Amino acid sequence: MDALALARWQFAITTIFHFFFVPLTLGLSIFVALLETKYVRSGEEMYKKMAKFWGTIFLINFAIGVVTGIVQEFQFGLNWSEYSRFMGDIFGAPLAIEALLAFYMESTFIGMWIFGWDRLSKKTHLAAAWLVAIGSNISALWILIANSFMQNPVGYAIEGGRATMQDFFALMGNPNVWYQFPHVLSAGIAMAGFVVMGFAAWHLLRKHDVTIFRPSFQWAARYALVGSLLVGVIGHFQGQFLVQHQPLKMAAAEALWETEQPAGFSIVAGINEGKQENSFELKVPGALSFLSYNNFTGEVKGLKDLQVEAVAQYGEGNYIPPISLNFWSFRVMVGAGSLMVLLALLAVIWSDGKREIDSKRGFMRTLMFAPALPYLASTFGWVMAETGRWPWIVFGLQKIEDAVSPNVPGWNVAFSLVVLGLLYGVLTVVAVKLGLKYGKADVKIRESAAAAD
Amino acid sequence: MDLNTVWFILVTVLFIGFFFLEGFDYGVGILLPFLGKKDEERRAIINTIGPVWDGNEVWMLTAGGAMFASFPHVYATLFSGFYLALILMLVALILRGVAFEYRQKFADQTSRKRWDWAIFIGSLLPALLWGVAVGNLMRGVAIDVDMNYWGGLLPLLNPYSILGGLVFVALFTMHGANYLALKTDGEIEARAKDVAFKSWIAATVLTVAFVVWTFFATDILTKSGVNGLVPAALAAVALLSVGYFSKAGKYGSAFIGGSLAVVFATIMVFAGLFPRILISTIDPAFSLDIWNAASTPYTLTVMTIVAAIFVPIVLVYQIWTYRVFRERIKADPKTLVY
Repeated sequence: MDALALARWQFAITTIFHFFFVPLTLGLSIFVALLETKYVRSGEEMYKKMAKFWGTIFLINFAIGVVTGIVQEFQFGLNWSEYSRFMGDIFGAPLAIEALLAFYMESTFIGMWIFGWDRLSKKTHLAAAWLVAIGSNISALWILIANSFMQNPVGYAIEGGRATMQDFFALMGNPNVWYQFPHVLSAGIAMAGFVVMGFAAWHLLRKHDVTIFRPSFQWAARYALVGSLLVGVIGHFQGQFLVQHQPLKMAAAEALWETEQPAGFSIVAGINEGKQENSFELKVPGALSFLSYNNFTGEVKGLKDLQVEAVAQYGEGNYIPPISLNFWSFRVMVGAGSLMVLLALLAVIWSDGKREIDSKRGFMRTLMFAPALPYLASTFGWVMAETGRWPWIVFGLQKIEDAVSPNVPGWNVAFSLVVLGLLYGVLTVVAVKLGLKYGKADVKIRESAAAAD
Repeated sequence: MDLNTVWFILVTVLFIGFFFLEGFDYGVGILLPFLGKKDEERRAIINTIGPVWDGNEVWMLTAGGAMFASFPHVYATLFSGFYLALILMLVALILRGVAFEYRQKFADQTSRKRWDWAIFIGSLLPALLWGVAVGNLMRGVAIDVDMNYWGGLLPLLNPYSILGGLVFVALFTMHGANYLALKTDGEIEARAKDVAFKSWIAATVLTVAFVVWTFFATDILTKSGVNGLVPAALAAVALLSVGYFSKAGKYGSAFIGGSLAVVFATIMVFAGLFPRILISTIDPAFSLDIWNAASTPYTLTVMTIVAAIFVPIVLVYQIWTYRVFRERIKADPKTLVY
């Protein structure tokens, strides 16, 4: 493999790995801050115990998100120096602002939160919890402002062979940001809800600390429902935005070769990328028109026509992204998301206080494994967002092949890919082991163990 | 003063913050296996930086981000050119960060000892590699007309730059020992004070050798206009004061002296580079400077406004955390968090 292919693999692996930990950080930081708010307002120790219990899961997860984030920040210079030169005037600013506004805030106040329980007043400690949550989520906003420019460039000009910033507020106001950020934020909320429900279900099935885990479950069920519903609704509008701005990405996600009016939505399809056709399709008539325009008659352009348009606009070349990858990624995301709405809804209905959720053993066992769903959805959502942009690294402005560092030999990239891959593999094992250990630990045992240490 | 100069100064300030704060952080990590004989002693040592190390590390991230925003060509040339060294540093930083958070969550001593070594390597390697990198910046590297360095890792490991790396390790170890002398008590404090003086001797000898070599091998101290001579002299005075104060048992002053030595040494490097940032040894015309490597005036203006608002805010809350956690850490499991 050449340096370009290896650099792409490295970006994919390190980014997916990083984003495996980020959404839980986003959602769980708010969840813990909400619990602590309840504790400070009501003065009930139970909520402090809940905040500390889920706070520990948060910290185990947070640590990996932070350290893998360093790789993300350096990687543009390491493997994509031509990208960094071309885009530095625009892309560097949100990254620096992310560090200045968000990284300092979350990193400083996480120290206050961990070490400050006995040292700060209740309200100051609560403020630290919220500042960690706000810092984490602001960090997501700025990196998405940067990413949104790559998806949908705005407020720029091309001068002297590079993209230059003309309007900072256009960058912040990029409509792509205001679909993507709420989508990511609500995905994080849903993921946190499902992870907490999963652990709480494990405990409730064993009748551990029901005074802690029943309310935890109830809170998490509502939290998961809000997140799952929002992520779906926002995703729907985001899809409509993409039909307008990145039609090739959406057509790829539908494996729609020919223009259709009205357009049907394929639930499954047998895709032949070589022949540019589908051997079979299971279609819902008019559904794709509805998803695209909220009506059942609109025309949705197919890949072949879009390719012709792209050649006319950008010159000779292949502009069709990897179809199977996008098609199935989209279906995994939407499928997992739909199941999440269903499960969260049932969890809310069945844990409304009048009924004993603990007795629904089959459902509770399902929920122990349900956290896999948000992880699948967010991972494949990003696979689609990033690979659907192919062949562009910056949509319409720079191709991936022109962005790679020319001076880094393939074996260097291969070496770092192996080293980081092994390290990330080990970290996954350690983090999952610790997460399971602390997630399954009895509240009392954990407190006494901490005191005896 | 034009914005390009403003941003050169701001990047310098971020590196000063980074080397000053992470300097003692790395030093504490390097000293961990040697000053902490028992588990609770090692926990106490980690707890001295427990609440603050993550915030300190952000100075490095911000320095990197600010360089990307203000001098994108420097970011691109430096990171792609110093590829393998940076990958090693990333691995070290990942191990270190995870180790701080996870060590205490393992009950058995075997695992904890492994995490201790992760902290040690994770602190030693970045200190060494940043020193090597700074040595190469001062000396210059073979940057071509397209702003690319093609030489790979081996030419970067030249004797001069390796000496620079050793200077960093020694200085940071001394800095960390002075910090621990202020932040611990009992036996750890006594051991830290002992190391503080010994590492001062090592740091002084290495620094003198490095500065003399710098005088002959580079133009950092001698070029006309702005150069590093005055800050180098100030750094020398500050460094000498560390020896005096630690001999006199005044570790607060010794810590301040060491901090000033790190601050002035960083100023020496950047003043000696100015207005260049990456020196080309192929042709001075290929060097990256504050003009040919910079972002547009518009971006620099936006970033100046953002920095003017947020850097002071960050300083206020970071200083506040140091106040909240100003007490000495006792090796008493009942009071330790990590």
